[in-house]
Amino acid sequence: MKKALTVLLVFMLAFSLFAGGQQEGAAEGTDGGDEPFKVAFVYIGIPGDLGWTYEHDRGRKYMVEQLGDAVETTYIENVPEGPDAARIMRQYAQQGYDMIFATSFGYMDPMLEVAQEFPDVYFEHCSGYKTADNMSTYFGRMYQPRYLAGLVAGNATESNVIGYVAAFPIPEVIRGINGFTLGVQEVNPDATVKVVWTNTWYDPVKEREAAVALLDSGADVIAQHQDTTEPQKAAEERGKVSIGYDSDMGQFVGDTVLTSPIWNFGPYYTRVVREAMNGEWETHQFWGGIDTDIVKLAEMSPLVPQPVRDLVDAEREKIVSGEWDVFWGPLKNRKGEVVVAKGEKMTDQEMLNMNFFVEGVEGTLDD
Amino acid sequence: MIPLITSIIAITLSAGTSLVYATIGEIYTERSGILNLGIEGMMLMSAVTAFATAFHTGSLLLAVLLAMLVGMLLALIHAFLSITMRANQVVSGLSITLFGTGLASFLGQRLGPESNGFNLSGMSAVKFNRLQIEGLGDIPLLGAVFNQDPLTYLVYLLIPVAWYFMYKTKFGLNLRSVGENPQTSDAMGLNVTKIRYLYTIFGGMLVGIGGAHLSLAYTPGWTENITGGRGWIVIALVIFSMWNPSRAILGAILFGGINAVQFRLQASGTDIPSAYLNMAPYVATILVLVLVTVWESHNRKVGPPAALGTSYMREDK
Repeated sequence: MKKALTVLLVFMLAFSLFAGGQQEGAAEGTDGGDEPFKVAFVYIGIPGDLGWTYEHDRGRKYMVEQLGDAVETTYIENVPEGPDAARIMRQYAQQGYDMIFATSFGYMDPMLEVAQEFPDVYFEHCSGYKTADNMSTYFGRMYQPRYLAGLVAGNATESNVIGYVAAFPIPEVIRGINGFTLGVQEVNPDATVKVVWTNTWYDPVKEREAAVALLDSGADVIAQHQDTTEPQKAAEERGKVSIGYDSDMGQFVGDTVLTSPIWNFGPYYTRVVREAMNGEWETHQFWGGIDTDIVKLAEMSPLVPQPVRDLVDAEREKIVSGEWDVFWGPLKNRKGEVVVAKGEKMTDQEMLNMNFFVEGVEGTLDD
Repeated sequence: MIPLITSIIAITLSAGTSLVYATIGEIYTERSGILNLGIEGMMLMSAVTAFATAFHTGSLLLAVLLAMLVGMLLALIHAFLSITMRANQVVSGLSITLFGTGLASFLGQRLGPESNGFNLSGMSAVKFNRLQIEGLGDIPLLGAVFNQDPLTYLVYLLIPVAWYFMYKTKFGLNLRSVGENPQTSDAMGLNVTKIRYLYTIFGGMLVGIGGAHLSLAYTPGWTENITGGRGWIVIALVIFSMWNPSRAILGAILFGGINAVQFRLQASGTDIPSAYLNMAPYVATILVLVLVTVWESHNRKVGPPAALGTSYMREDK
């Protein structure tokens, strides 16, 4: 008897985790009219992370606002990459969801597998490269707003050392560091960007320690490619300024966050859901720039002077109009070798495989 | 160079504080013969409790007290399962971690203000600030020791007191004997069940302060999974302190210090790939663990409490 009770207690404890409200319906009103178009979102984290998933959820809410009763959405949080993700997507497809968004790179293969089983469901995968007749990819050219943020940082630094807390040495992150550094050097050729890798996307304690190490080594502006606001808080505590990422971190930390390159998925979600509803959806590989608004620069802090704002607007205009882009030649790597010659443009493929630092970056990288 | 070393000392002590609290707590628990693997979940629960309390009441004292209470309650569940119900301690501890991790993340999404969708993350509240001790804080190098938050100062006191209590008092002797040989202790007239309950709950209380230090002092605020696996590091630190509270500080300094040093190495522009540097604290932890175990097998003086992880019942012979 005692043993049975013990086992029961242990199981109850263990399962309370799953009963803890991982899935949360956000169904909108469905009164009257036609059956609504049902859309499901698979999240890697929680909307409360103030970063990556927060932005996807903001996009979902925007889409619901735009399309109203015509759509019904749901989402699921904290889905591990791998077989679990396939199980969850399959479940959604079986429950009659018309369209499924998966918001992390590791969902790519599970999604492809499920997409092939359900040819009538639309699948959208963020940040991957595999497609099918009913599966597309989407992502944003984050290096563009990062370049603009670099202009702000290069102007703000007095010590000419800018710290950059970075997650993993992979092309996506390296592209961001390079774009940012080109912006910094554009306004302040003497400034360098010091990179410290944490080898984690999400670890508040490590992110803070990395930022503190950078501040100790002379940095007076902290930029980051992580998923929490911890580097921003560390900078603020030392009376230094920072550049956020993912979401408008100034909202959470204050005016010392000069600006943040941010994601803005709402308009994209609205457009593709509308296309799918109207039967106009086609397989695509969307890598949208600052002109499509999927990436942008957050509202600037009052600490940013007007001339810098004007410069950012002018540079932004050049990118939007297609007159110029961040990785157009001439471009040298940090060893001084020419990577893109004058008058040439780096191709998307080259950008997606970027594995070198530009001049002005200090940090460990096998380049 | 001196400012650099000073800052490394400062951050090492600050980073190590939550580890020392939890390590000493777990040492006391394990010394009584109870293995508690629920530390990760307990730290998360006490961190979210502490921050939510500080946010809503503005009282740091209440925040720490409630965090201690939550640590004690979770430890009580573990004590009930493993002492009274004589469940497998590993399974029970792991359930506490699963339970605590899930519940903490759930509470983090429910205890916040309405304006933030009831979410706690991104909010700020009162926190423990650094207090420089007059006169001592200005000494080069050592000044870093006297420029910390109140919970870190408390740790300086806790270490010698925890050591003295364990090795120099009758209660400490009773505690150790229960962990080594519950049958004999029982025969001597000690109440094994009572002592085990007491120190499991006491350990939970210290783990609770460790969690509170994370969300109120070291990384003020609530972010999901704020511990980042530090609850598991504590289990390793207990082993290489060899169940001696005075050595807990060494482990915490080793783990916290190497992390601080490796980020500074990166910032100073070393050629060592960052992956190796990031591994360093964990590799060092494992390495020291192995060395300690080898050393200990030659030197049979200290080891884990002999009855660690086993349940005790009077009729058992």
